[in-house]
Amino acid sequence: MLEFVLLTLLKILGFVLVFCIMLAAVLTWTERKMSAVIQDRIGPNRASILGIRAFGLFHPIADMLKSFVKEDFVPAGANRTLFFLAPAIALVPPLCAFAVVPFGPGDLVISNLDSGMLFVFAILGFGIYGTTLGGWASANNFAMLGSLRGAAQMISYEVSMGLNLVGIFLVFGSVSLTQIVAGQGELLWGWLPRWGIVVQPFGFLLFLAAAMAENKRAPFDLPEGESEIIGYFVEYSAMGFATFMLSEFVEVIVIACIAATLFFGGWQIPWVDPAGTAGGWITVAQVAFFAAKVLFLCWFQMLIRWTVPRFRYDQVMSLGWKVLLPLSLVNILATAVVLALIA
Amino acid sequence: MVKVKVVERPPADLVVQSWVPELWKGMKVTGRHFFRNVLTGKGIVTSQYPEARRPYPPRYRGKHRLMRREDGSVRCVACFMCSTACPADCIRIVAGERGDENEKYPVVFEVDFIKCVFCGMCEEACPCDAIRLDSGVHRVPAYTRADELSGKEDLLSLGTLSVSRQGGEFK
Repeated sequence: MLEFVLLTLLKILGFVLVFCIMLAAVLTWTERKMSAVIQDRIGPNRASILGIRAFGLFHPIADMLKSFVKEDFVPAGANRTLFFLAPAIALVPPLCAFAVVPFGPGDLVISNLDSGMLFVFAILGFGIYGTTLGGWASANNFAMLGSLRGAAQMISYEVSMGLNLVGIFLVFGSVSLTQIVAGQGELLWGWLPRWGIVVQPFGFLLFLAAAMAENKRAPFDLPEGESEIIGYFVEYSAMGFATFMLSEFVEVIVIACIAATLFFGGWQIPWVDPAGTAGGWITVAQVAFFAAKVLFLCWFQMLIRWTVPRFRYDQVMSLGWKVLLPLSLVNILATAVVLALIA
Repeated sequence: MVKVKVVERPPADLVVQSWVPELWKGMKVTGRHFFRNVLTGKGIVTSQYPEARRPYPPRYRGKHRLMRREDGSVRCVACFMCSTACPADCIRIVAGERGDENEKYPVVFEVDFIKCVFCGMCEEACPCDAIRLDSGVHRVPAYTRADELSGKEDLLSLGTLSVSRQGGEFK
């Protein structure tokens, strides 16, 4: 029992606290640097330690120190308890979602739940509370409107995000992430890895669109609209604001992890040790391969974010309800028919 | 009648509406910039300002300068041509007696850089090559209006010897 607890704590420390939080901090740098490079600029490069600049990689540290020492302003009339609780409620659910993501073969998953993906949906649903409470507790009408936009958008896209993945569940016959990854180790026609993107390419596009909208990032950043519209964390300063931002970047990693697990074979290296029992250096390579997939998908989301302009709000809503939802239903139907014909 | 040219909107057919090919086109552009700038850094146009300064263009004027005679005294004869020509009325001259054949010199010669528009009409108006608008020295912003005035000593310190002859004759 003690061994189990210690091992689990070690996995949480390694995967969630070191890999994911560090990656989220680096992503704040990547976001600024990528936007700069895409727009032919240099981007942040001034923060230095002992004269070493390291391409501006110390900027997350500088940002964090600055957030800690800034004034934590609470507007008059705000609900202080909820005001301070909201950023935490926004940050904790995406961190919890990592619990069921298998980052390596065998026991390299924090909790091997049979209801894996359902747990992720349930826990990510809590993220709406962070947005809504943050806007409501600020006692600011514009923040309130922003949180209403956020809540409506997140609830709308949660529906189609869940339905998009039903195709994957049908193909692999499970909602457990571990079993889905194991299923993706098989080969189609003896040579093609049966990854989710191969059997459900349409589902992947729909999932990515819905997940990015769920995460409230551009082109779906209407709840916050950092440059023009006033969003739900307009009254937040210092660490409260930083926590909201951090939760957004953690959600980028969650989406990357889930997309990597469901559509890109998780820790599977094609044609190498699909059962995950080899151990030794192959296991290390598999964990590294999973990390590489996650990094690629994070990069991909950032590329989309700096490519596409923002939607109008009515376009966001009609895209969610009139396009993505029917398309995901069609996807489920088509998948079910094809599976029935094969069987 | 104004001729109106009606530009047809590009058709929003199903291919465009599906977003995927259009998104792919956009990502090819951003991806091309990303990889070119990360791998070669050739597209980047930023200059690192305090360390690397871009040179001013060769025809940049900068502050005025007052030219000198061979004996080092100011060439200006306080004729007021420049301050008359100045469209911004930024030159203030107080004339004084020199006591030799050149008769006058400026006791005070002040240029107000808040008013100055750097048009160069003072330079054109000057009959004796005393004021030039080509020092290339940028005017430095100041905290008070008084600090924006540049006096005779300052303008003279930028100036050099002028060997042109007044009246077009060699003496």
